[in-house]
Amino acid sequence: MNENLVNFIYLIAGVLFILGIKGLTKPKTAVRGNILSALGMLIAVVVTLLNMNTIDYTYVIAGVVVGSIVGSIMALRIQMTSMPQMVALLNGFGGGASLTIALAEYYTKLGTTPASFAELLNPVVADSSAFGPGPEGTIALVAIGMTVLIGALTLTGSLVAFAKLQELMKKSYGLPGGPVGNALFVIAALVAVALVVVNPGNVAAMVAVVVLALLLGLFLVMPIGGADMPVVIALLNSYSGIAAAFAGFILGNTVLIIAGSLVGTSGLILTRIMCVAMNRSLANVLFGKMAASGEIIDADEVYAGKVTSAQPDEVAMLLENAQRVVIVPGYGMAMAQAQHAVRELADAIEAKGAEVQYGIHPVAGRMPGHMNVLLAEAEVPYDNLVEMDRINPTFEDTDVVIVIGANDVTNPMARDVEGSPIYGMPILNVDKAKTVVVIKRSLSPGFAGLPNPLFAMDHTLMVYGDGKKAVVDMTTALNQL
Amino acid sequence: MDILILLLALFVLSLFLGVELITKVPPTLHTPLMSGTNAVSGITLVGALLAAGNDGSPMMVNVLGFIAVTLATINVIGGYLVTNRMLAMFKRK
Repeated sequence: MNENLVNFIYLIAGVLFILGIKGLTKPKTAVRGNILSALGMLIAVVVTLLNMNTIDYTYVIAGVVVGSIVGSIMALRIQMTSMPQMVALLNGFGGGASLTIALAEYYTKLGTTPASFAELLNPVVADSSAFGPGPEGTIALVAIGMTVLIGALTLTGSLVAFAKLQELMKKSYGLPGGPVGNALFVIAALVAVALVVVNPGNVAAMVAVVVLALLLGLFLVMPIGGADMPVVIALLNSYSGIAAAFAGFILGNTVLIIAGSLVGTSGLILTRIMCVAMNRSLANVLFGKMAASGEIIDADEVYAGKVTSAQPDEVAMLLENAQRVVIVPGYGMAMAQAQHAVRELADAIEAKGAEVQYGIHPVAGRMPGHMNVLLAEAEVPYDNLVEMDRINPTFEDTDVVIVIGANDVTNPMARDVEGSPIYGMPILNVDKAKTVVVIKRSLSPGFAGLPNPLFAMDHTLMVYGDGKKAVVDMTTALNQL
Repeated sequence: MDILILLLALFVLSLFLGVELITKVPPTLHTPLMSGTNAVSGITLVGALLAAGNDGSPMMVNVLGFIAVTLATINVIGGYLVTNRMLAMFKRK
C-alpha cells in the first residue's frame, strides 16, 4: 500500500478518536462518541494489517484471540463498584504493551537477539546508525529508552494500585528515604537509558532500565493509601498515554502520537482536578503523609456526650415532612453495594413530595466519577447528580442531608479549623442543612485519621449500622407512614 | 529530521487539543472518560501488530510482539465494551 494513503487513513482514525472524546462532553452524545472512537481503532488496525508486506499470522491471531477473550470477560463481568480496579488493570496493560513494543523494536534494530537466557546480558556490537541516520538514530534510542522506562513503571505501578483497590495489599510499604530513595531510582534508570543511547549494543544497560523501572513502579505506588487512589489511577492513566505517544515516536507513527497525547493530557487533567479537590499538591499525595500538624485532636473530646443517634424509623418521620433532601454518597456506599437501595429511598422520599438531589464530591470513591457511575447503574437520572460547587449554595435551603459512607469530604474542620491537616480542602457544606443524617458503622475516623465535628453537632443524627440495611429500613419505614 | 519536526508538531498540537477537549468533559462522565481513553491507548495495537506479525523477525521479537498484541487487545476490547456498558446506563432516563 502507498505510504501516503496509509498515513491519510491514520489521520482519519485520529480524527475519529478526537470526535469520540468530544462526544464524551455530553451524556447524550457519549455513546455515539464511543462508537466513533472504536471505529477509528478498527480502521487503524485494518490498514496496518493491509500495509504489512509479509505477515506471519500465528502470533497476531493468537494475541488478538487471547486479548479479545480476556478483554470481553473483564468488561462484561466487572461490577460497577469495581470499576477502579478495572481501569487500574487497563492502565497497566497499556504500559505493558508500550514496554514490549519498545523492546521488540530495540531487538529488531539491533539485528540480534539473545539465543538463551544466559546470553541476555552479553553486549553486542552496534551503534546508533542501526536505529536511523545521524541524529535520528540517537533520538530513536532516546524514545525507546523512555518508552521502556515509562511503560514498565506504569505496568507495575498499576498492578500495585489494583492490588490495593482489591484489598489484596492492605499495608503500605515504601522505599527507605521516601522521595529521596525514589529520586535515586529515577536517576539510576535515566543513567541506564543514557548508557543505551551512547552504546546501543550495551544490552545489560537496557535490561537495567527494565528492572529499575519495574521496581520504581512498585515503590512509587506501594506507600500510597486507598483514598488517594483517584490521584494515582489518573496519573497512571496519563503515563500509559505518554508511553503510547513515545512508542509513536519510535515507529514514526502519527496515530499513536495523536492518541497517546490525548490520553496523556486526559490523565494529567484528571490528576490535577483530584489534587485540587483535596487541596494537596501532587508531590504531597505521592510522597507526603497526612501528618498531624498542630496539636493532636482528641476524638473523645470532640464526641463526648454530644453525639445523638437515631433509628431508621425516626429518620423516616423527618423525611416525610421534608421539602428538599440531598444525599451525599461516599466510598462506603460502594463498599455496601447500597446504590440501588439509595435510589429506592430517594423514590420513596419523592413519593412523599420532596425534591431529592445527590451531592457529589470530586474525590468521593476510589476514582474520578466513581459515584456517578454507581448511581447511574441504579438508574438515577444524571441531572440529579450535582457537583460540589453547584450543590454547596443549596444546603441552607435543604431540610435533610443523608450522608452515606462519606466522612472526610464533609468534615467542617477543613473549612473552619486553621492548622488542621485537612484545612483548605474543599468540602460539601452539609452542616448548613437543617438536619444531617449520617449513616455509618461507628464513629471511626476516615482516611485523614481525624474526628469529624459534624457528627457531634446538635442537628446531626447518627444512624449506626450497615449502610445498605439502614437505607432499606428507612425506605420501609417511610413507605409505611 | 524533517519528519521528526512534523511528528513533534503533531505531538504538541495534540497536547493542546487534549487540554481543550478534556476540560469540557463533565465530572459525571470522568469514569467513562478514563476507561474510554484506556481503549484509545490500545492504539499501541498498531505497533504491536508490526512486531508480532513481521515474518522473518527473530522469534524473541515475535514473542514480545505477541505479548504486546495481547495486552493492547485487552485494552481495546475491554476498554470500549466497558465504556459502552457504562454510557448505556447514563443514557437511559
